[in-house]
Amino acid sequence: MLAWTIYISFLGVPVMLLLPKGSLRTTRIVALLTTVAGFAMTLWVFSHQRSGELVTIARLSWVPSLGVEYHLAADGISITLLLLTGIVAIAGVLFSWNIEHRTGEFFAFYLALIGGVYGVFLSFDLLLLFVFYEIAIIPKYFLIAIWGSTRREYAAMKLAIYSFVGSAMVLIGLIAAYVVAGANTMNLVQLSQFPFPIHFQMWAFPLVFVGFGILAGIWPFHTWAPTGHVAAPTAASMLLAGVVMKLGAYGCLRVAMTLFPRGLDAWGFEVLGFGSWRDVFALLALIGIVYGAMVALVQKDFKFVIGYSSVSHMGFVLLGLMTLQQIGLDGAVLQMFSHGILAGLLFAVVGRMVYDRTHTRDLSELERMQLSKAIPFAAATFVVAGMASIGLPGFSGFVAELQVLIGAWRAFPLFAIFTGLGIVIGIAYTWRAMQQAFFGSPDQSSAAVSTPMPPISIPERVGAIILIGASVIIGLFPQLLLRIIVPALHSPLFDGLWKGSGR
Amino acid sequence: MITFNYLDLLRLVLPEVIVVIAVLCVLSVDLTFLRTSGTRLRASVGAILSLVGCTAAVAWILHAPQYANVLDGMLVLNPLAQRMQIAVLILTMLTILIFIGSTFTQHVSEYISLILLATVSMMFLVSTQNLLLIFLSLELLSLSLYILTAFNKRSVKSAEAGLKYFVFGGISAAFLLFGFSLLYGLSNSTNLVRIASSIHGPSLDPLLIVAIVMTMVGLGFKVAAAPFHFWAPDVYQGAPATSAALVASGSKVASFFIFYQVMVIGLAGAEGSGIWHGYVSGWVPVVAIVASLSMLLGNLVAILQSSVRRLLAYSAIGHAGYMLLGIVSHTNQSLSALLYYVITYALTVVGAFGVVAIVEDETGGDTLADFAGLSRRAPVPSFCMLIFLLSLAGIPPLAGFFGKFYLFTSVLTSTPGTLGLLWLVVLAIAMSAVSLYYYLKVLKYIYVAEPSTDAAPIRISALRHVVLCLIALGVVVLGCAPNILLRWL
Repeated sequence: MLAWTIYISFLGVPVMLLLPKGSLRTTRIVALLTTVAGFAMTLWVFSHQRSGELVTIARLSWVPSLGVEYHLAADGISITLLLLTGIVAIAGVLFSWNIEHRTGEFFAFYLALIGGVYGVFLSFDLLLLFVFYEIAIIPKYFLIAIWGSTRREYAAMKLAIYSFVGSAMVLIGLIAAYVVAGANTMNLVQLSQFPFPIHFQMWAFPLVFVGFGILAGIWPFHTWAPTGHVAAPTAASMLLAGVVMKLGAYGCLRVAMTLFPRGLDAWGFEVLGFGSWRDVFALLALIGIVYGAMVALVQKDFKFVIGYSSVSHMGFVLLGLMTLQQIGLDGAVLQMFSHGILAGLLFAVVGRMVYDRTHTRDLSELERMQLSKAIPFAAATFVVAGMASIGLPGFSGFVAELQVLIGAWRAFPLFAIFTGLGIVIGIAYTWRAMQQAFFGSPDQSSAAVSTPMPPISIPERVGAIILIGASVIIGLFPQLLLRIIVPALHSPLFDGLWKGSGR
Repeated sequence: MITFNYLDLLRLVLPEVIVVIAVLCVLSVDLTFLRTSGTRLRASVGAILSLVGCTAAVAWILHAPQYANVLDGMLVLNPLAQRMQIAVLILTMLTILIFIGSTFTQHVSEYISLILLATVSMMFLVSTQNLLLIFLSLELLSLSLYILTAFNKRSVKSAEAGLKYFVFGGISAAFLLFGFSLLYGLSNSTNLVRIASSIHGPSLDPLLIVAIVMTMVGLGFKVAAAPFHFWAPDVYQGAPATSAALVASGSKVASFFIFYQVMVIGLAGAEGSGIWHGYVSGWVPVVAIVASLSMLLGNLVAILQSSVRRLLAYSAIGHAGYMLLGIVSHTNQSLSALLYYVITYALTVVGAFGVVAIVEDETGGDTLADFAGLSRRAPVPSFCMLIFLLSLAGIPPLAGFFGKFYLFTSVLTSTPGTLGLLWLVVLAIAMSAVSLYYYLKVLKYIYVAEPSTDAAPIRISALRHVVLCLIALGVVVLGCAPNILLRWL
């Protein structure tokens, strides 16, 4: 059943290309139906899933001579992220209702990207996972380069190269792991049981972790993210920040940390106060949180504020992973979901609701437009989304970041304090952006306000409500997701991680 | 020693004989019946005759597989050699199909017969293990390719490319012959197996080292590996698209196969080792150095190119570097990986040159700007080009990705217990990340750039559409289900 989320997205691609050029409406509706179908299937499986154990969906021999299998399976973490993909994909289609330039091709690339993302979350064969991971790179490039805005070709190429360099590092690690294990299998579960020599894990772990981490926006390899998000068309920014960055974090957790758990062990010596890769990456995550927030604070471009906030919020995911505490990992997975929803919502407000109407993202120009009166729905949505993203209780961000903080407090008390600082700066930049963009004072010539703006359309309202709803539901009942995430983190796959020495 | 029935010999080389008969048919039909007809008709008739000939040869190989090793290794027929013959024949057929509709020459029958003669020499090349016949087939192949390169008499670049190819080819043939004669002097035999048995010794003979280097020069030239690559960019750019496709595809397949044979069979015992910190002199380190140079130079210089053909040429040098890794590791698995890689690569390049030919017929150039907005003017060839270039860049699920994965895996498994060749694999994967940049640059012009305002949709014959789609389908299917080809190799 879940496998059809992949197939239906890829089936949508030729349909989009074959539909006649003029029929914009049909194209949009078919794209919407495709994403809704994918989400509905996930939801159906989700509601029938008692606990988060691993369920195999498909397992066929693919290349027998190499022991590579077509192996799809899902556990609680996969299903959580599938739900996220489904929700953001639907909202993305709704927020790109106004695309009129090469519409068919736009949705074709869009669905190909979604299909690749679903594939990554469902693959339990490393080669298959890698195949889907790379499939997701190419559509991103074209989505940004063709339909993007500011410096789109530069941003698209930068993003593609960063992604490809990351995946090249992952590929080296995977091939080396395959050869060292010598078991003629690429099965993730089997390989994670294999005791790789510790000196091998010590270099393979950082290689693969950083390879995936690049896509998760790990500092200092995050620079593709703000430029890419800003240049991308709204739906693509939503997917990039909402789902694609999660691919990287998912890879860190699912592949790097399960295959090479002892890569997190202490080195046995200290360099500059670092005793293990765990310390190094925790510090990078912390820098990401604080640095991202501080840079967001001084941006002039509204979309760059959101772009850097993504880097900051993804730092929580990576910090949560590095705590190696139950509660920290729960928080990290929950934060993936939460940030996916909220980043999607914020980009939707900035890219679609504001930019498509005002044609500027400059905060000082927006200040003069009194947007809270011109488009009150956008202002209200941004207030809600901003509150959710700074971690107001009742929204998903609060539960997730609180868990990460508790985990960090236990593992790295000093870091937890600085993380708190990051959260405070987070409140500051959100407040500043909200104030300038929506509640500016019309002190100067009020002529600028004169141009009437088209009202917020129905698809936009529906999309915003879906995303806010998802965040509120998880904020009020985090158990909904935690009940499948927690058992999944205790499956045999993560045994090595818990049993690592000194933990 | 030689008591051999010539009729038997004729039966063994029947596939080659069939192709030669096809050459004669093409020439005689064109020169007798079609003297006054239009070029288009003559090209079609010639192409049909040659396709029939190639198909008959393939059918005969499949129908009556031969196993033989006669005349001191002059003719070695085994399942692998015959499959390579089939691969070469199929690539030739695709090349000829792309040729139909080209208008650069009046002498279509001569052109087609030269392609077929080149094919015959490739077929001999893959089915011999004797230095003498290797050299003869290589020369026949080279001579045909020189003429094919210079065939466009209206283009100065074509003539220049032909001359450069000829001069470099002549020099490298001299090196190769020198190397071969040293090998003969050392072993008193021209049979690869016997050479291997007589050069076996505790340490390397200095003469043998000279022979290895000389042979490397000659064969490195054929596969366009750096630093013997200087002819490649000019030939790829100046030659008619069909000739360039043949140079880049069939000729590559046959040359890599014989490269592997000469090194692994002929120089067994003088391998040495290219392991990091475990260097032992022999031919492996030499190949490893050439491979690294090719990967670096090909991929880095390709970034600077503004002509798509030159870009393909430098990318070919880079790909030659990857493929040489299969020779460095020289295990059975790496041979199968090498052949999978070179065959799918050849297929992809034929397709890419097919698209380049279409663009050139329309715009008269092959610079990146000529490709601007192609996806709006010719959606199907553009989509095929997307598949070809992404496959060359190694994006899954296309054939190029699986080729790389299989090749790199086989390189690492060739040294059990250590990851000594990891440095080569790391270099190769890093360079393939670089290569994505320039392939995406071409695709950017095709998909992102706006076409010039007066550009109308390009009219393309149905045949070209079908051929390109077939090749693209092949690249996708071989990538998704590599077993289809792997079972064969």
